[in-house]
Amino acid sequence: MRYIIFLIALWLPVSSFAQGWEDQQSFGEPNQAQLRILSSTDTSFFAPIIEDFLASSPDISVEYLVTGTADIDRLYRAAPDEFDVVISSAMDLQLKLVNDGFSAPVMNIDHPEWAQWNNSLFAFTSEPAAIVLNRQAFKQIHVPSSRQDLIQLMRDHPDHFQGRVGTYDVRQSGLGYLFATQDARATETYWRLTEVMGRVGARLYCCSGQMINDLRTGKLIIAYNVLGSYAKAQAENSDDLIIILPSEFPTTMMRTILVSAAAPAPQHANNFVRHLLKLQSIGDPLTFPLPPLSRSQDFQNLRTINLDPALMTYLDQMKRAAFIREWEDAIVQEK
Amino acid sequence: MTPDVVVSGSLRNRLALILTGGAALLAVVLFIVVRVLAAQVAQQGQDNILKASMSSVLDTAAIRDGRVTLDFPYSSLSMLNTEADDRVFYAIYEDNTLLSGYDWLTSPRDVAPENTIFKNTTLKGEVLRVASGARTLIGSNGPRNVFVSVAQTQDALSNTLNAISRNVAFLGLGFFAMSSALAIWAASTTSRQMRRLTSSVTRRGPQDLSRFTKPVPSEMAPLVASLNTFMLRLDHSLTQSEEFIAEAAHRIRTPLATVRSHAEATLQRVDRDENRTSLQAMVRAIDESSRAAGQLLDHAMVTFRAGNLEMVQVDLADLLHELVQSMTPVAEMKDITMTMELERPATLQGDAILLQNALRNLIDNALKYAPAETGVIIKASNSPTLSVSIYDDGPGFAVDEIETLSGRFVRGKDMGNTIGSGLGLTIAQEVIVAHNGSMALTNREEGGACVTLSF
Repeated sequence: MRYIIFLIALWLPVSSFAQGWEDQQSFGEPNQAQLRILSSTDTSFFAPIIEDFLASSPDISVEYLVTGTADIDRLYRAAPDEFDVVISSAMDLQLKLVNDGFSAPVMNIDHPEWAQWNNSLFAFTSEPAAIVLNRQAFKQIHVPSSRQDLIQLMRDHPDHFQGRVGTYDVRQSGLGYLFATQDARATETYWRLTEVMGRVGARLYCCSGQMINDLRTGKLIIAYNVLGSYAKAQAENSDDLIIILPSEFPTTMMRTILVSAAAPAPQHANNFVRHLLKLQSIGDPLTFPLPPLSRSQDFQNLRTINLDPALMTYLDQMKRAAFIREWEDAIVQEK
Repeated sequence: MTPDVVVSGSLRNRLALILTGGAALLAVVLFIVVRVLAAQVAQQGQDNILKASMSSVLDTAAIRDGRVTLDFPYSSLSMLNTEADDRVFYAIYEDNTLLSGYDWLTSPRDVAPENTIFKNTTLKGEVLRVASGARTLIGSNGPRNVFVSVAQTQDALSNTLNAISRNVAFLGLGFFAMSSALAIWAASTTSRQMRRLTSSVTRRGPQDLSRFTKPVPSEMAPLVASLNTFMLRLDHSLTQSEEFIAEAAHRIRTPLATVRSHAEATLQRVDRDENRTSLQAMVRAIDESSRAAGQLLDHAMVTFRAGNLEMVQVDLADLLHELVQSMTPVAEMKDITMTMELERPATLQGDAILLQNALRNLIDNALKYAPAETGVIIKASNSPTLSVSIYDDGPGFAVDEIETLSGRFVRGKDMGNTIGSGLGLTIAQEVIVAHNGSMALTNREEGGACVTLSF
């Protein structure tokens, strides 16, 4: 518990001061029409996309603001007229924004029906939630291939894993909450896994990036429900990470984009969405470094979260309160 | 065809207009009825799903630790997923406290348990359909009422309705087009019967007053019956007047002959010139009247017989020969020589009495108009068609009168004191028409007239 208070204390200043961005970068010449993008995606992934967009529309400048998915929802709902485009990996929060009328439609776009909702919300990546391991720590023990495997492993070697397991803090991370609720909906194993992670003193994180950093430094040896795309980018740089997609099913998320209904520069925002979706369909890794949309026919192996009003189910106040209570009961053992 | 008929509209157009107008009206009614029914059915569909969703939320209401909680399943909202990605809203109240959902969505409080209330509301100009229900939970400190409303936009519904409307509009248009084609066909079929009757009336010869015997549709039977009665009456009164004329002419001819013989006898006995002159004028006037009476008789007979010819084999050459012989005394009185150029054979199927009548009138005319001591040529030819021509050396026809001369009682203008009634050419004309031939009046280049009958 002390540890959680410490974590929350560590995060509070960052999240509660509105402009405490994780990252904030400007592209293009200043003193021009500005496009403000509110995003949960690391700048490194979006810089090539924005630069390609600016090459075709040189009369615009882009301000790219990065923060967590839950923050995005809170900031954007408070001031929808300050941002033109909202990009987030929390599909449920994004869909609720559209449902609540915060978005403007982008008409006549050639995009798969299953990857858009209400002509307003457009998915542009397919990213599975992965289990990421520190290679060094798994020299002695075998690498788990499924959730069930991981549970067994943690039960067999509690000392090895003690304090070195990381996962999302579903209370802080919108994406973490989405993954957790979808896991819980799909399999009972999730609750047992959460309980076991709680027993070995799991560390809770707001973001994938932080978890991967701690994996590389060896502070963590395993992280559950990390974004595979982030881990892959790191794994390509160094050899010390192993990415595993749980063999029962990896929960797959789609990153989504919407245009604000109160956008100060609606036309530019519209153009940006079109440009992004065009780059996605081309799929050149130089201009689109994110994993493009894919929809496997093999439902057994890949479970993509659908863009569906049911995503709002777990955003219900009562359901959220109940889910978080249950999750806390499972993971926070000292309580 | 008769320009002096007062025309008021057209039966065919009126029929076509009524039928196509009716079809258009029916098509519009069809469109509206189907559209209204489709709207009801589609709304029913949406209502059913909204009700199911609302019920599935309401069913999970329970009291835990003294608090009302609802742990509704994923499917509650998932079932509201539509093709058009309709937006979904819900609100859960315990009495007047919002437990969860959208606070602007108010739930009606008068809904009875196990009942569902549907109503429409608007959100920023967009129509929402709301299903509301209620449940009463019995807690340790009394009953507690839970109200649930689930709302959905109507994009998919209106898409469906638009698609149905489009299809029904095509259906209506097709129906209208087909009905119009049928209407036009029906109208023209009906008017074809009228046209058939009209043309059969038009095709009739001027003398044909017989009944219409072709079958006609029952609606036209009264018209044809009246027409037949009218024809019958007309025929009857025509016959009557012809008979009257014939009777009158006959009755005049006999006393005239008596008067003439008396006048001739008196002429022999009178010596004074002025008395002779007036007696001669008297004789000429009597001749003229007698001739006219004879021609009236001829004409009445021609009119009577033309309707029903007694066809026999007639040799025109023999006929002309006889005629010339019988008329030679008249010709000799004027010192006129009659020459015959008759080609044989010159036979045809015809009414001998009528033909004789016609030819006699023509020769009589020629003798009358030919000056004294000239010749009249009577020619019968059998090529290229059978024809009879009569030439004289008289003054000929006035060119501007050739067209009208064969009318009844029409005489040339410059005939001076020549006796005539104006019926001779008419008789010839009617006879030749009854024999499907034609009569031509021409002037000879060397002077004189020529009448040709071609059969």
